Amino acid sequence: MAQRFKDVDWIGLFLWLFRAAIIVLVLWGTVAKIFFGAGNAYSASDWIDFFVSGLSQGSLYALIALGYTLVYGVLFMINFAHGEFFMSGTMTATVFIALPLSASGFLDRNPIIGMLIILVVAMSISVGVALLTERIAYRPLRRAPRLVPLITAIGASFFWQYFFRGLYGSSLIPFPELQALQGKFSFWGVDILKTRAVVIVSSVIMLIGLYFFVMRTKTGKAIRAVAEDKDVAALMGIDVDRTIAITFATGAAMAGAAGILYGLVFRQVHFFMGFVPGIKAFTAAVLGGIGSIPGAALGGLFLGVIEAVGPPLFLEGLGIPGGHQLKDVIAFTMLVLVLIFRPQGIIGERLAEKKA
Amino acid sequence: MALLEVDNVHAYYGNIHALKGISLTVEEGEIVSLIGGNGAGKTTTLRSISGLLSPREGTITLRGEDLRQYKAHQLVSKGVAMVPEGRGVFARLTVEENLQMGAYHRSDRDGIAKDMRRVYQLFPRLEERKGQVAGTMSGGEQQMLATGRAMMSRPTLLLMDEPSMGLAPVLVEAIFQTIEEINKEGTTILLVEQNAHMALQIANRGYVLQTGEIVLQDSAKSLQQNAMVQKAYLGID
Ligand SMILES: Nc1ncnc2c1ncn2[C@@H]1O[C@H](COP(=O)(O)OP(=O)(O)O)[C@@H](O)[C@H]1O
Ligand SMILES: [Mg+2]
Repeated sequence: MAQRFKDVDWIGLFLWLFRAAIIVLVLWGTVAKIFFGAGNAYSASDWIDFFVSGLSQGSLYALIALGYTLVYGVLFMINFAHGEFFMSGTMTATVFIALPLSASGFLDRNPIIGMLIILVVAMSISVGVALLTERIAYRPLRRAPRLVPLITAIGASFFWQYFFRGLYGSSLIPFPELQALQGKFSFWGVDILKTRAVVIVSSVIMLIGLYFFVMRTKTGKAIRAVAEDKDVAALMGIDVDRTIAITFATGAAMAGAAGILYGLVFRQVHFFMGFVPGIKAFTAAVLGGIGSIPGAALGGLFLGVIEAVGPPLFLEGLGIPGGHQLKDVIAFTMLVLVLIFRPQGIIGERLAEKKA
Repeated sequence: MALLEVDNVHAYYGNIHALKGISLTVEEGEIVSLIGGNGAGKTTTLRSISGLLSPREGTITLRGEDLRQYKAHQLVSKGVAMVPEGRGVFARLTVEENLQMGAYHRSDRDGIAKDMRRVYQLFPRLEERKGQVAGTMSGGEQQMLATGRAMMSRPTLLLMDEPSMGLAPVLVEAIFQTIEEINKEGTTILLVEQNAHMALQIANRGYVLQTGEIVLQDSAKSLQQNAMVQKAYLGID
């Protein structure tokens, strides 16, 4: 008897109860909200609004998450400086391009050309910062134990934060507002803020473009080959170091673009702006299964939507007030849940199989 | 001048002295077999030639040109290709994508398409499965793929590391037949094997490697007759 008592897997039991409790709470809150109208009353268009704002936030997470996933795919390393790639391009393009273009009126006269210039500059700076970081901080550690580049990445992240704080100061810098993007579009009677529509559409285009780049082009195939086996890739004539650098650059370009879209939505930039979106995007990448590109995209969208819809739905249903301030709690609870119960991510494959 | 000349190569893993002065030559058009037991240094020898590993000492030349000045990825365009131990197919790439990777350094579309047809002719099985992800194929099919992929670079010198490893006898037979065929079409082959019986049967010459040293070298025929080889590698008493 005593023996059998000891065999009870207490941790397993606790985790099982924990999971059951979360599911019950979410369902309870949802049911309370939908059938008993707990909390505020929302109209159908309010719900659509929550959902669309979630999609727009989520598509930003998705774009940033690609960088984590691509780099993890080739190096099995979490690049914690990725949020700073996002920040560096955005701040530089805002200070040197967006604000002057806006002040001179050029941006409102030629919004498309203006935005393209801003986008290209942001992406280029992000790529430059990523390439420098890779070359100086990561490449020399290619053969070091895995914890070493991870810690270096955290160091690199601090370095770039304070570097750009030194350059641009520590105050909030406004991102110019585009006249062309004020107001709403109306689709089949549903009103959507123009900025959100632009963010969603351009993110989706970039996500699809990136998917084709990785799946169809020669360079994309080389990236996948390097992700699987660096020695064999080299035997094929693939320059592994160069391909890894291209992988960093690709992720950083997406982050730079995401930064400008972020500027359009939140209309301010800041040296610390990479931190929270970076961690959220990392969460999204883990949710989708880190290493998987469709996973990063879906993980990002899913996280964005659940952050936006979760508080009015099950948090208010549970009688928790001010739910919107708790969206970070939802995001990180999900990260913890996924790490405990499904570390391969929602649609990802098992990491253990790939490499450990 | 021999096609490949390896002279007095010493290689280390940390403090482990894995190759203790290996010298061997491969003439144009030959099949040369390097036989030896587990841990003798066969793989290390091939990795040194293909640039994946940098020996501490010694020279490696291809038609007189020093190969050690190049990185691994630069050697493909010099005409060196390798079928790695355990086949090393890209498991999550399709069969066709794997073959395309073999031709990575080339840009002659027509030539690549022609070589791809040739590989499919040699291994019809690969054509049937060209859209399939390589990781889901059997060991024999993966070996065909790894061989076909190496052929896609149009190598002058093909290094093969234990192609028969883990394959059923019928498949081993087939693989060695293909190796002979590839050789007849003009590719020189340095073949590493534990399966000394088959390896010596198709080879012109052979080397016997023991704990990082070449202990014997001769024509394949004489090695098959050699008492020590028979006892240690052919299972004949
Ligand atoms: N990555 C490695 N690290 C340390 N020692 C190694 C490594 N690879 C091979 N060795 C050692 O080098 C020697 C030769 O190995 P290898 O060339 O793989 O032999 P073979 O291919 O003939 O079986 C062996 O003693 C092996 O233990
Ligand atoms: Mg070996």
